[in-house]
Amino acid sequence: MGLPEKNETMREILLLMKSELMITVIIFILLLIKLGKGLKNATLLSLVQVLLLVSIGLALVENRDGRLFDGMFLGGTLVGFQKAILGLAVYLITLLFSGWLKKSDHLSEFLVLMLSSLLGMFFMISSGNLLMFFLSLELTTIPVAAMANFELEKKKSAEAAMKMILSSAFSSGILLFGISLVYGATGSIDFSELSKLVEVNGLQVMAFIFLFSAFSFKLSIVPFHLWTADVYEGSPMAVTSFLSVVSKGSIAFIFITVLYKVFQSLEEVWYILLVILAIATMVIGNLFALRQDNIKRFLAFSSIAQVGFILVGMSGNTEASYSAVTYFVLVYVFSNLAAFGVAAVLSEESGIENISGYRGLNKSNPFLAWMMALALFSLAGIPPTAGFFGKMFLLSSGAVKGNYWFIIIAALNMIVSLYYYLKVVRVMFMEEPMPGAEKIKIDQPVKFALLICASGIVLAGVFSWIYDYITKLA
Amino acid sequence: MNLLALLIIPLLTAIFILVERRPQQVRWLALIGASLQLVAALMLFFGYRQAVQTISSGPIIFQDQYNWYPSWNIGLHIGVDGISVAMIMLTSFVVIAGVLVSWNMNKMTNSFFFLLILLSLGAYGFFISLDLFTLFFFLEIAVIPKYLLIGIWGSGRKEYSANKLALMLMGGSALILVGILALYFSYPEGSRTFDMLQIAAKDIPVETQRFIFPLIFVGFGVFTALFPFHTWVPDGHSSAPTAGSMFLAGISMKLGGYGCLRAATWLMPEGAKEYSMIIIVLSTIAIIYGAFATMMQKDLKYINAYSSVSHCGFVLLGIGMLTKTALTGAVFQMVSHGLMTALFFAVIGMIYERTHTRMVADMGGLMKVMPFITTVMFIAGLCSLGLPGFSGFVAEMTVFMGGWERAGAFYRVATVLACMSIVVTAVYILRAIGSTAMGPITNEKFKGLGDAAWNEKLAAIILIAGIVAMGVAPFWLNELVTPGTELIMQKIGALPK
Repeated sequence: MGLPEKNETMREILLLMKSELMITVIIFILLLIKLGKGLKNATLLSLVQVLLLVSIGLALVENRDGRLFDGMFLGGTLVGFQKAILGLAVYLITLLFSGWLKKSDHLSEFLVLMLSSLLGMFFMISSGNLLMFFLSLELTTIPVAAMANFELEKKKSAEAAMKMILSSAFSSGILLFGISLVYGATGSIDFSELSKLVEVNGLQVMAFIFLFSAFSFKLSIVPFHLWTADVYEGSPMAVTSFLSVVSKGSIAFIFITVLYKVFQSLEEVWYILLVILAIATMVIGNLFALRQDNIKRFLAFSSIAQVGFILVGMSGNTEASYSAVTYFVLVYVFSNLAAFGVAAVLSEESGIENISGYRGLNKSNPFLAWMMALALFSLAGIPPTAGFFGKMFLLSSGAVKGNYWFIIIAALNMIVSLYYYLKVVRVMFMEEPMPGAEKIKIDQPVKFALLICASGIVLAGVFSWIYDYITKLA
Repeated sequence: MNLLALLIIPLLTAIFILVERRPQQVRWLALIGASLQLVAALMLFFGYRQAVQTISSGPIIFQDQYNWYPSWNIGLHIGVDGISVAMIMLTSFVVIAGVLVSWNMNKMTNSFFFLLILLSLGAYGFFISLDLFTLFFFLEIAVIPKYLLIGIWGSGRKEYSANKLALMLMGGSALILVGILALYFSYPEGSRTFDMLQIAAKDIPVETQRFIFPLIFVGFGVFTALFPFHTWVPDGHSSAPTAGSMFLAGISMKLGGYGCLRAATWLMPEGAKEYSMIIIVLSTIAIIYGAFATMMQKDLKYINAYSSVSHCGFVLLGIGMLTKTALTGAVFQMVSHGLMTALFFAVIGMIYERTHTRMVADMGGLMKVMPFITTVMFIAGLCSLGLPGFSGFVAEMTVFMGGWERAGAFYRVATVLACMSIVVTAVYILRAIGSTAMGPITNEKFKGLGDAAWNEKLAAIILIAGIVAMGVAPFWLNELVTPGTELIMQKIGALPK
């Protein structure tokens, strides 16, 4: 282990790990710049944005299946695309929050932390071994906790970081315990070996449930969701959007791989778990979202409900589920980031963080109002937005099993979610603006990012080739 | 003729409206777009009449197939039969009339017309789809425009009504969604399809139909005011702006009726037979309850909205009867009701713009100040109560005859009960239009009011042309629709005694 063997040439390592290497290079560049005289924030940010674009491009080309380091690291076509999605999300975040980032005194630290977390995610979705998975998961989580604390003068930010650290430490403990039980029961931690060794017996099911709980923590599946809203509310908006989109997406990717590839023989166990937890997650997420007025908490609970839908798709256990989940995460990147982007502009410029403050937004800032509406329609799954197709394919993947009551419950939950998404639309479009509401000047990068999101929302569904491309990769 | 034109025209119109923001230009763009839709629909009508005589492959013609999501076997399979052509004609009439009556809309003009055109896009897509997935897709496209039209431009309790409408319609959609997924997965892997022609070619097991038919039928039923899911209708219609009400009653409710016929009854005839009695009971209740509820209303818009519940009951009654004449009658009633209610709502909008009231009690003697508008109102009213010579008579008569054709005391009783509602209709219609139009002018302010402007006249004339054409020459529509209903009857086969 460790050193490349004869058949693993340097070339192969370079090819399979190109995204990881690229991100590492960016991190090193940032550190070197910090060591030297430093750059102006704006220059630094543009540099990172360009490099991120390069890394997205790299992630999209020359992907192939392969394994490195005795199967510790698995490369693949779909995994490559998933890395591109995550990279794109981080790129959009750097654009959407450029105003906030530029003002920060610690921009390069923030970027290093965010990119380290991204690097962790890349390793995580490529991991072929429980140990590797655990290490990369930690690399993903710890920088985020530091990021959550980034608004140093705010108490809430520190509280969010504390909650994040405690809950993730707890879930890491559970995960490690699960892994040790798996190792004890089967004598292996390698994914491909495990898939042959796993069988339904008491010890293994227990071990699996520990693993499952750890995943549930990270994905904020009910009943492990309690940390979510507070952390989302307290963190700076950029971190909240990173947590809710990038971090959720990467965990969903590895979760589905672990379920399908490693624990395939426990399907009867995890199918029931998925059905129960999906229903609980959708219902609770929706019911709590109904009552929120703070936009961050609102989006936190709505993202919990969205995870419930991802679980519906996962329960199908077919190839189609893979592509449906990947596609949904892509769509979710566009829709949720657009919503967060608009929310961030409003909170930056006029300090509004409550939905009731969005009154009459359509009159004062029609561009922002329509962007938000588009994002919310996509989250609600209304055609012709891509969100509709995302939800459709998740529900269709879930319906494979013929468990239609499950699908009816999911469909009914879509109506509940429509209710609260429409509530925001109603406030923006049908109420009179607050006195003194002004037109907000939107920075060019933010506008550009919002337009990318909007075109993603409108086009990713109507043009089917994106989904087809994902299906071919899966 | 390439049916994609029906999608491309509204799509381009919508895009142009988004780009061009000046109100006056937007109005003209919308009008040009709507006229092109009308031209396309008329070309389709005549093209269809000609083509159907020469083509022997069955009544569904102008078919085209485009791949969309091949991995799910979803394709944009389009094609029309006479029923769809009739619905497309109806849509194009209502759209142009709706654009014309909203000519003076000054609040966010470009968004308003954008949403109107988007709604029409959804309707055309729905009527030409032969694939359940795209059918559902287009059905859902129309929900948000309705919500925003009511919520932003509406009046009265607009937010409540908009919410109620969107949520109830989404509820219906959710049932439809589960239904079509269940239908899709009822086939073994490899032969799964959303294509209605392929599904209709195979026989679905009776147990499957028993489960799926109610989902799809009730789902579409919500759209067309199936009792007890009709409650969004009065609120939604009366809160909507004039063009919104016209689109809701004239187009949107027809999506439901068409869906019940095409996706539920045609694909799952055994289910339709089993649930036939329940459908008949519910629709008879809707007819009678709707009629009596209308009698209690004092607001013109509510009168028309509740009467829509009653009139759409005839559509569902026709479908429930499952005879060829009754199905044809259901389609007639959809066309007739669409034109007639659109006209009625247009007139109410015109009156409201002038008098600023919709209460029957506040009006009187309007005939003297606005002769054109009140004449149009009389025509709409007489059509609504089924006077021969107008479309309403043809449609209701055909439904009753079709109902009577079905042997059995139950069906006869239902038909008779439904027939009797006409008397109630006559009462509320005559009372409403009588007290608004006739008599002395009750309010001094009304004396200075003007009559219809060019755009309003044009809108009314277009709709009246449709109503009268259908009333005096029903055989045109009959020739058009019958092959379509025959196709459905072939699947239904013999009726149980």
